[in-house]
Amino acid sequence: MGGKEDPTANGSPKSESMAGKKASPPDLLSSISLKSLKLKTKQQELLLRVSILGLVYVLAFIARLFSVLRYESMIHEFDPYFNYRTTLFLTEKGFYEFWNWFDSESWYPLGRIIGGTLYPGLMVTAALIYWTLRFLRFFVHIREVCVLTAPFFASNTTLVAYFFGKEIWDTGAGLVAAALIAICPGYISRSVAGSYDNEAVAIFALLLTFYLFVKAVKTGSLSWALASAFGYFYMVSAWGGYVFIINLIPLYVLVLLITARYSLRLYVAYNCMYILGMLLAMQIRFVGFQHVQSGEHMGAMGVFLLMQVFYFLDWVKHQLNDTKLFQTFLRITVTSAILVGGIALGVGTASGYISPWTGRFYSLLDPTYAKDHIPIIASVSEHQPTAWSSFMFDYHILLFLFPAGLYFCFKRLSDATIFIVMYGLTSLYFAGVMVRLILVATPAVCLISAIAVSATVKNLTSLLRTKQKVPQTGSTKGAGSSKSSSKVTLDQSQPFQKNGAIALLVGVFYLLSRYAIHCTWVTSEAYSSPSIVLAARGAHGNRIIFDDYREAYYWLRQNTPTDAKVMSWWDYGYQITAMGNRTVIVDNNTWNNTHIATVGRAMSSYEDEAYDIMRSLDVNYVLVVFGGVTGYSSDDINKFLWMVRIGGGVYPVIKEPDYLVNGEFRVDKGASPKMLNCLMYKLCYYRFGELVTEYGKPTGYDRARGVEIGNKDIKLEHLEEAYTTSNWIVRIYRVKPPTNRL
Amino acid sequence: MVKSTSKDAQDLFRSLHSAYSATPTNLKIIDLYVVFAVFTALIQVLYMALVGSFPFNSFLSGVLSCIGTAVLAVCLRIQVNKENKEFKDLAPERAFADFVLCNLVLHLVIINFLG
Repeated sequence: MGGKEDPTANGSPKSESMAGKKASPPDLLSSISLKSLKLKTKQQELLLRVSILGLVYVLAFIARLFSVLRYESMIHEFDPYFNYRTTLFLTEKGFYEFWNWFDSESWYPLGRIIGGTLYPGLMVTAALIYWTLRFLRFFVHIREVCVLTAPFFASNTTLVAYFFGKEIWDTGAGLVAAALIAICPGYISRSVAGSYDNEAVAIFALLLTFYLFVKAVKTGSLSWALASAFGYFYMVSAWGGYVFIINLIPLYVLVLLITARYSLRLYVAYNCMYILGMLLAMQIRFVGFQHVQSGEHMGAMGVFLLMQVFYFLDWVKHQLNDTKLFQTFLRITVTSAILVGGIALGVGTASGYISPWTGRFYSLLDPTYAKDHIPIIASVSEHQPTAWSSFMFDYHILLFLFPAGLYFCFKRLSDATIFIVMYGLTSLYFAGVMVRLILVATPAVCLISAIAVSATVKNLTSLLRTKQKVPQTGSTKGAGSSKSSSKVTLDQSQPFQKNGAIALLVGVFYLLSRYAIHCTWVTSEAYSSPSIVLAARGAHGNRIIFDDYREAYYWLRQNTPTDAKVMSWWDYGYQITAMGNRTVIVDNNTWNNTHIATVGRAMSSYEDEAYDIMRSLDVNYVLVVFGGVTGYSSDDINKFLWMVRIGGGVYPVIKEPDYLVNGEFRVDKGASPKMLNCLMYKLCYYRFGELVTEYGKPTGYDRARGVEIGNKDIKLEHLEEAYTTSNWIVRIYRVKPPTNRL
Repeated sequence: MVKSTSKDAQDLFRSLHSAYSATPTNLKIIDLYVVFAVFTALIQVLYMALVGSFPFNSFLSGVLSCIGTAVLAVCLRIQVNKENKEFKDLAPERAFADFVLCNLVLHLVIINFLG
């Protein structure tokens, strides 16, 4: 369905520009179409534009529904389950309860203050949509609302992209940008139906803030600046990535100052946006005073002060006509301003009032920082540096159109194009540092590529048009007019111009159609799997569904005491609390590294040592994820080295080399003895030695790693198997009470 | 050196004063307002230095309301100043309406933030 509609949307700029071409010279064809439609050129164009935008809007929504059609309407992955759980709480208990919620079901025995440690934007948005629908008497389940929030906001993003493109270039570029961003895989990866995560609304908010700010700079109006402050507020309430905005906009202002493009409009836009945006952002409790205290936000404040000094100097310069006097004045003020600023910054940093930069921020500036210092950040796969292939996968032709777009931007430099160029370049750098930040760069890449496509197509069609025009003007006005003669000579100098233009146009549309096909394919193959339900191809090409996760979580919900504490690696914490409704020791919030390290230590110790740790944490059940039977590769054995690293980072008794043989991670006979007897190994491979997993292989053949396991005779002393799902993906063990002393 | 600097400064202030007296009255009123707001902010900072910043949100909202007012007033001053060619097509009434709107938002947020 999506594939069918894609070419329409991508072909849309063509039809739009074609219409413009037809309409402007009053030739026979267009007069016929005009007569039959009885519309003026302007109206015709408007109609086309609105209908194209409408199609793009619908397309952006539809392309994200693969997962709903293929599986069912459900929440995907890990973090969205937490968001879903909190949204459920919000709609049931109301806003004040939500704001003051202390959650005792996670981070046992510490608990977590939910209201103060999350970005509430997403939940409040979904709850508002839900309440609106109920008010309109559409009785939908909150889960449906959560599942469809991301596609809905993706559709809205296309509208913002259109207006942004219109602002920085023209309406054609806006339409192309809307069409490109609607199906760009880099964006779809985080906004398919069911991926109910902060990024779903945050990209919309990000682009909206930037658009409104550019608009404010262009008009110099306080109300646009106020609107962009509200956009910023929404962004802050939705995602931690707002730090990008609060650093990019001051950087942009600074660049404009340095390149002598400072204007009073810029002063109005930035100051109003900064002051109001900062105040609004402070209302989000999780962000709090960070705007005046943390190092990441100090740049914005510095630029704010700089703007005041600059304006003041400008004003004094305007008042004074004497340049010599102004020079002395300048000397006095600049030295005192630098002195005061330096002293304030020094005192603030030394007294600990301004907190230093956080680890994530450092790892952005220095990609190797996390690997050396913070294993918990480095362990997350989406924090890894981006490979070239994933750039190609997510951007496809945009990767080649981007430099072309940059060229056009530099050719027609204005405040708005400088902004989009800076946004594109900085975000592309960050996208190279971290895989997940490809998402932030996507709107910029789409916009700049759209400029390239639109400008190219426009140039080529105008070439074609002049060719048609020239003989006409020649015939009516005669060959004597200098204008037409110069055109004729130009045509003669480039005899294949028209053919070349046609060939290039065909090339552009071929590329765009490839892009549409690629996007549809990527969306359906790579980005629409919920990862909570796994799908594989059977021997006969049929689809096999592994629904083991939900099976295990429902088992927990039905068969364990309601106050049972479940220990698992932190990846599964949110899902256990949301679907299993049981207390967990650690979850995906990762706010307490020591607590996670304790779990990592328990998993990588011998059983009796681990038993003591589990007793001290009051653990009743242990849950491990195991892919040896199905060949599911992102299971706990493959994550095990990170548990060792994180555990070893806090408890030096855990040493990574103990688990490796010659620097190699093995689970077969050649594995190190510590590896073969640690808790994680035992829990994963318990009773696995009896099982034949693949025809023609010995028993205990691990299909995820392709080896026969090294320890087939596993005896458990302090734990007992409680439940193993049908494909062995999730295994749950009960921790036995201590034995009686004799 | 010191003497010459102070003489320069005196010259500077004198010529600044003479140049400033030519400013239209409505702009002068706005300037007075800005100076008043900045002065209030300074008093609050001094008070904070003496007494301490314990209810930090109250201190922040106090200072930021003053700075915000001042900045917004400067923006208004820029927009209504006839010498600024950039804002020729912006009516003073529209500028004032924007100013009032921004102030409304600012102070509603401040009230929420005072705690």
